[in-house]
Amino acid sequence: MRVTRIGAALAAAGMLTLGLAACGDDGGDGGGTAAYTTVVDKAKGAKKLVVGTKWDQPSLGLKTGAEPEGFDVDVAKYVVKELAGGAEVEVEWKESASSNREAFLENGTVDIIFATYSITDSRKQKVTFGGPYIVAHQDVMVRADDSAITKPQDLAGKRICQAAGSNSYKRITDPPPDGELDLDAQLVGAANYSECVQKLGGNNLDAVTTDDLILAGFAKQASAAGGGFKILGQPFTDEKYGVGLKKGDTKTCEAVNAAITKMYQDGTAQKLFEKWFAGTQGLTAPTGAPQFEPCA
Amino acid sequence: MDDLIKYAPDLLAGFLKNVQLSAVCAVLSLILGTVLVSMRVSPTPVLRAAGTAYVNIVRNTPLTLVLAFSALGLSDTLDVTFSDDPGSNSFWLVVLGLSLYTATFVCEALRSGINTVPMGQAEAARAIGLTFLQSLTMIILPQAFRAVIAPLGSVIIAMIKNTTVAIAAGYLAESAFVMKDTFDDTGVSIPIFLGIVVAFMIITLPIGFLTGWLANRLAVAR
Amino acid sequence: MSSQANVLFDTPGPRARLRNNILTLLATVAILYALYAVYAKFDARGQWEGRIWQPFLEPYTWTGYIIPGLLGTLKAAGLGAVFALIFGAVFGIARLSDHRWIRLPAGMIVETFRAIPLLLLIFFLFYLAPSVLGGGDYTLIALVTGLALYNGSVLAEVVRAGIRAVPRGQAEAAYAIGLRKGGVMRLVLLPQAVTAMMPAIVSQLVVLLKDTALGYIIAYVDLLNYGFKIIPAVHFGSLIPAAIVIGVIYVGLNMALSALATWLEKRSRRSRKTSAKPVVPPGAAVAPGVGSSTKAIVD
Repeated sequence: MRVTRIGAALAAAGMLTLGLAACGDDGGDGGGTAAYTTVVDKAKGAKKLVVGTKWDQPSLGLKTGAEPEGFDVDVAKYVVKELAGGAEVEVEWKESASSNREAFLENGTVDIIFATYSITDSRKQKVTFGGPYIVAHQDVMVRADDSAITKPQDLAGKRICQAAGSNSYKRITDPPPDGELDLDAQLVGAANYSECVQKLGGNNLDAVTTDDLILAGFAKQASAAGGGFKILGQPFTDEKYGVGLKKGDTKTCEAVNAAITKMYQDGTAQKLFEKWFAGTQGLTAPTGAPQFEPCA
Repeated sequence: MDDLIKYAPDLLAGFLKNVQLSAVCAVLSLILGTVLVSMRVSPTPVLRAAGTAYVNIVRNTPLTLVLAFSALGLSDTLDVTFSDDPGSNSFWLVVLGLSLYTATFVCEALRSGINTVPMGQAEAARAIGLTFLQSLTMIILPQAFRAVIAPLGSVIIAMIKNTTVAIAAGYLAESAFVMKDTFDDTGVSIPIFLGIVVAFMIITLPIGFLTGWLANRLAVAR
Repeated sequence: MSSQANVLFDTPGPRARLRNNILTLLATVAILYALYAVYAKFDARGQWEGRIWQPFLEPYTWTGYIIPGLLGTLKAAGLGAVFALIFGAVFGIARLSDHRWIRLPAGMIVETFRAIPLLLLIFFLFYLAPSVLGGGDYTLIALVTGLALYNGSVLAEVVRAGIRAVPRGQAEAAYAIGLRKGGVMRLVLLPQAVTAMMPAIVSQLVVLLKDTALGYIIAYVDLLNYGFKIIPAVHFGSLIPAAIVIGVIYVGLNMALSALATWLEKRSRRSRKTSAKPVVPPGAAVAPGVGSSTKAIVD
């Protein structure tokens, strides 16, 4: 008798957890591209794509509501629509952090990625890049009242942020080819750039250095909250933000490039840049589409 | 296999950090745990309550959060700094966070160990006029420790494995981070994973055997 | 502590009472001072500013971030718990098998998964899955599999201990009335063992629930991911408030589960439904007195 009661309780608990699991189980078929060999075919055929963006990057990809918002997100919407030949495409937004972008493309979790994704030689081995759709530049952000750092070379001996999964710090600390400036800066570890910015505001480090567009988003957010950061406006690298695609999907890559060309020709790109980055010192709006990388 | 050989120096350097973290945390968490359990059985109600509250809160918080608090709360907000060098500062922050966390498990193990000491021992200690601290340190805790050697071994083994979560406190040098970094570069590599797992087993398995053996050898015969 | 006299110290006399009072005073002052120091320092750093706490008064913070995150956490924990229990039951019984060729491999598997750091296991599964299984979203699968394998191995030991805790006579009597091996296990040993194992199982499930937070590192969308990464990104400066709020949620969840474990333990200690002594949760001492009539020194 007693045993059955315990058994019933266990079974009930099991059913409860299974039910709970089932009710959260929506995106079942996720990025399944089984029926389509390329993303552009899927956009045209299924009218449904899984798009990866950052969810924690102000002004680029930030999850403020049901769907994220920002420059990357708006570009993604434009490009996806062009891929489908102008038709509306149902987009499932999926967070793609720096640490799992390659894995998500490789295993088909997402179809296409717009997530501050710099085109580099080593990433080209694993990912096919469309674009770039914009060129960012590595720059340095410091507290507004900090007058000791006016150029990247001043970072020698200063505390700069090392965000897990990002290699931006290497440009400062390492010599070429991995790096650039080969300065003797101190690295302060952080889990992500939000933490870096928190530490910068709290005086726990002296400078955050990464792409100016990323920095601009944080600086804009901080100034709205009364905090003060400034970007030096001395870019020292080119970061070509590409559209991440599964390795070998050159057909989609060409289509993406055509969409980006159109986006610059009809003025959408400039409008979007203005919308998200207006009023940030040290940033210059792009005049035309960047030079595309060959699709491979 | 080539991957393992190529990245072996990096991985080994990372793993040595895990070993260092483990060694320091083991000592600190045993000390802290003993202090905590003394608080929890002490005659002063305030200390008992404080000990209980601390253990219940910290033990029920995910380690990831404890470590994040140690970096963002203790270091960045409360200005607890151990070193001017950020790398070794975050090393000590991990040590602090992990020890504060593990100490609660040491405390709970010791408390259940105190339960294995027969009442007569405590009564006899009081009968010969020992004070609370004297009976605790001379009669109760020595027997309690011997009763919980094996469980303490499990706690320490769990702690060693937990050093892989150090990334949450911004410590980017130990083997889990190195492995992730390597996978991002080269893709998944089974030899690298197995290599690190074997390295951990080389540390944890002997501790398991040693504590098991010691537990039998030192068991209080009753 | 209330019903029984504490045996570690005498009922205090006048001098001890005075000493206790002084200690109480000192301890209270020290604790209050520490709390105040933390409060003041946070205040000086502007961490109590209304602006950065404001987001937690907005409904969307809860409906858009915290509740979906919490569901993600509970989903991973629920699935992980179910699979861990299955794994634990199968391998716990397998380790007690009469056949060496079942017992030995089962033992090796259990010992191996207990020795692997869970975070490394989750990383590895996450990176390995696509090359073995093809396309798909593997954050949840990697997390649940890792949780199930590790906690399942710990539970296997609990199950083994639980079955062993049933007195020999029970199995012997069952064989004597003509039951087969399966019947003995299913009808006599397991039902009694389950009662004895309940507290240990629940406290391992608390560990499992806490460990779901590791999913954060492979970007599984859970409470920690939403609360600790996305809320602070959307609301500038709210990192520490967010950490405190989700910390409170985790502690509340786990304390509720722990309370269940304590209640089950007390119940099974009193209960005569089983002849097995309660199984001690992993990490606690094997107390010879627990479950018998011996009174505990502390409770």
